[in-house]
Amino acid sequence: MQSVSKEYNGNPVLKDVNFTLKEGEVLGLVGENGAGKSTLMNILFGMDVIRQTGGYGGRILIDGKEVKFASPLDALKAGIGMVHQEFSLLPGFTAAENILLNREPENKSVISLVFGQRANTIDRKTLQKKAIDAITKLGVSLDPDMLVSEMPVGHKQFTEISREISKSSIRLLVLDEPTAVLSEKEAEMLLKAIKNLSAQGISVIFITHRLQEILDVCNKVIVMRDGRIINELDAAKTSIQEMAKLMVGREVASSSREKEERKLSDSIIMSIRNLWVDMPGETVKNVNLDVHKGEFLGIGGLAGQGKIGIPNGIMGLFPSGGSVTLNGKNIPLGDTRACLDSSMAFVSEDRRGVGLLLDESLEWNIAFPAMQIQNKFLKKYLGGLVKWRDQGAIESVTKKYIQQLQIKCTSSKQKAKELSGGNQQKICLAKAFALEPKLLFVSEPTRGIDVGAKALVLQALKQYNRELGVTIVMVSSELEELRQCCDRIAIVTDGAISGILPASTPSEEFGILMVGKSMKEAK
Amino acid sequence: MKKEIDIKKFLANNIVPIIFIVLCLICIPLAGYSGQYLVSQIITRIMRNSFLVLSLLIPIMAGMGLNFGMTLGAMAGQIGIIFITAWNVVGIPGLLLAAIIATPIAALLGWFCGKMLNMAKGREMITSYMISFFMNGVYQLVVLYGMGPVIPLHSDQVILPRGYGVRNTIDLINVRQSVDNFWSLTIAGVKIPLLTIILIALLCVVIVWFRKTKLGQDMRAVGQDMEVAREAGIKVERTRILAIVISTIFAAYGMILYLSNMGTLNTYNSHSQIGMFSIAALLVGGASVSRASIKNVFLGIILFHLMFILAPQAGRELMGQAQIGEFFRVFISYGVITLSLVLYEIRERREKAESAKAIADQQKEERA
Repeated sequence: MQSVSKEYNGNPVLKDVNFTLKEGEVLGLVGENGAGKSTLMNILFGMDVIRQTGGYGGRILIDGKEVKFASPLDALKAGIGMVHQEFSLLPGFTAAENILLNREPENKSVISLVFGQRANTIDRKTLQKKAIDAITKLGVSLDPDMLVSEMPVGHKQFTEISREISKSSIRLLVLDEPTAVLSEKEAEMLLKAIKNLSAQGISVIFITHRLQEILDVCNKVIVMRDGRIINELDAAKTSIQEMAKLMVGREVASSSREKEERKLSDSIIMSIRNLWVDMPGETVKNVNLDVHKGEFLGIGGLAGQGKIGIPNGIMGLFPSGGSVTLNGKNIPLGDTRACLDSSMAFVSEDRRGVGLLLDESLEWNIAFPAMQIQNKFLKKYLGGLVKWRDQGAIESVTKKYIQQLQIKCTSSKQKAKELSGGNQQKICLAKAFALEPKLLFVSEPTRGIDVGAKALVLQALKQYNRELGVTIVMVSSELEELRQCCDRIAIVTDGAISGILPASTPSEEFGILMVGKSMKEAK
Repeated sequence: MKKEIDIKKFLANNIVPIIFIVLCLICIPLAGYSGQYLVSQIITRIMRNSFLVLSLLIPIMAGMGLNFGMTLGAMAGQIGIIFITAWNVVGIPGLLLAAIIATPIAALLGWFCGKMLNMAKGREMITSYMISFFMNGVYQLVVLYGMGPVIPLHSDQVILPRGYGVRNTIDLINVRQSVDNFWSLTIAGVKIPLLTIILIALLCVVIVWFRKTKLGQDMRAVGQDMEVAREAGIKVERTRILAIVISTIFAAYGMILYLSNMGTLNTYNSHSQIGMFSIAALLVGGASVSRASIKNVFLGIILFHLMFILAPQAGRELMGQAQIGEFFRVFISYGVITLSLVLYEIRERREKAESAKAIADQQKEERA
């Protein structure tokens, strides 16, 4: 494999990326969320997303010949296999059946002459043998007859990888954060398996956030940031600190910013003890956290580590347990109404799903929760027996927020689905503001909105916190954004808080916290 | 401790068959039938219904739930039967001809139904239920007005005296029990129709074999996760349509066997009842929306129909009215279907709660 270089135009997500990979080499790919790792791999794998958004620039060369994959199937034929972060396995099938899904060996029979190919019976013995071959090639212990639904996560991951390497032409394997869900022991086994593969001449691109693993298995490391390759390092000569620093980067931009140090109030508004949340892909375990009154607390961390699970669990959107107290009072978990009643509010990261009534007017969207929960904007007749909407009050409050947050819309009666992402986000904020909460959770408020709107949203939150003294807990994947607004930032790794630092701490330290387990080793 | 949980789990998973076994045990002494009578009745019912109930298995395997659209297959079977009665084709050749006529009709209806269900993924059951109502209208139009003037049928036995439309009930004297009587044994006063048994056994073998084919494997894959199956290159839509087509054709054959055993055709009612009763029988056998086996089919038919035989007599003994049994029959079928659908949801939710509990336990362990 020689010289793979490509760039992605239109919306520049990747800029002039060049790298080469030799046969049997293990390449580590690291970078923050949104650095362009996934886009790069999607291009390599010929995913539909890329073509639908206008293709890519540059060239990919395999064995010196240029290739252009029209679909993942083409990429498969060329010997590229990919293991995605989410498993794509059938729970009711055994490991062997999953490994050879839709490539099952068949017994030919007379009946299939009449009814066609699909009436062939499956040759179980060969199926078993082929699956075992793949598993041995990977060098792990995995029972081919075990049902996927009964497997520990690690075995599912092995099944997935075995499926890729059971394809006869496999030459390059892309592993997208394969160890994120594994226990330490399983991760160790997987790393050994990667070494095995590389010894057999299969090249591996290994994407991970655990930098120690890179040092363990990779021959070289590519650090990406903002769609560029920042540096290509020799894995044998680098260190975790160096990679973490390169990953987070932006030394110049961050140091020039003016910092305001505020004294935090001593009284604690919310304390969380031993919280667990079962949110798929964002599992939270053993979170202990104190939120001070009036502070702006940031929760950061890499995707899939559980930071989003914390507010979702507390607000009762996913099954959760542990204890949460607000102003000394216990909050029943799993009861959204109780949370709202005790003047907490939540701006969800799922804007369109949880956040908005897409088919309703802006007025309705902003006023609805306040009306429902606090009986605001209602006129009472007959001693409260009959309640009518107070249209005037609703209109005026909507207008107020439209002005305050500079929401671009034709009128306060426009439907929520007609607004752009940024303006929808502002509506979500307005909705939460209208509840006048004492504590506000904001989850990924700037995800998928443009730079201008981003600044406005952050400004609005900051103002709300500083001027009205509302405590805000903001979850965000973008560290810079947290550092701009927050007083303290908690980093979540593996479902638990790995550290809380003042926002003025240099970003390298946050970077090290994000990669979690390797922190101790790094020091 | 572990055993206790197992018993609880066993009870929870088999609650429907257990309820029926208890009910039957209560009714047997009340009704006071002789053992010989009951056995011969049950054998008749198994012969009559198992083909129909077996036809439901394949869509369940493909993750499409209970195929209420089997009514379409029953209509196709009835059309075949109407033709051979009008043409006066007798005995087993008559039934074969009926099957030959019914096959393309059933395939076409099944293809149509499958197409529709692909547009309504995740809501297959309610959609197929409504389709069967809708097609019932088309069937009535064809049978009531089409037969005679448009489709040339001129048998007094079949067509109403006014010259068009099929009679309300048709006497199937030509084919009555011809399969059952072709080759049968009598053991201790109980008639055992060997050919029918062979046919049913054959279908069971076909279903077992089918599970092992590539198509069967694809169906199971599609049934578990359509997206994963699609990623692996399986043609999801086509596979789902095939599942419904096969089920509809089997239902048509099943209906033909059923009618020949009954000896009379209730032109405007038979098919709509049969769908409901077959599904109820399967569920009584312990099947769920997502899992059903041949064992469920036979256990279900035995329990469900035993109940039917016993209920009127028990009703008469208790209340002096046989009517109460008939009432019971309908009430039970709908009740069982509702119960099974609700239980299915509860089970899903319980599994989710278990995954949450696993995390809580894990946390406790880590802290300890």
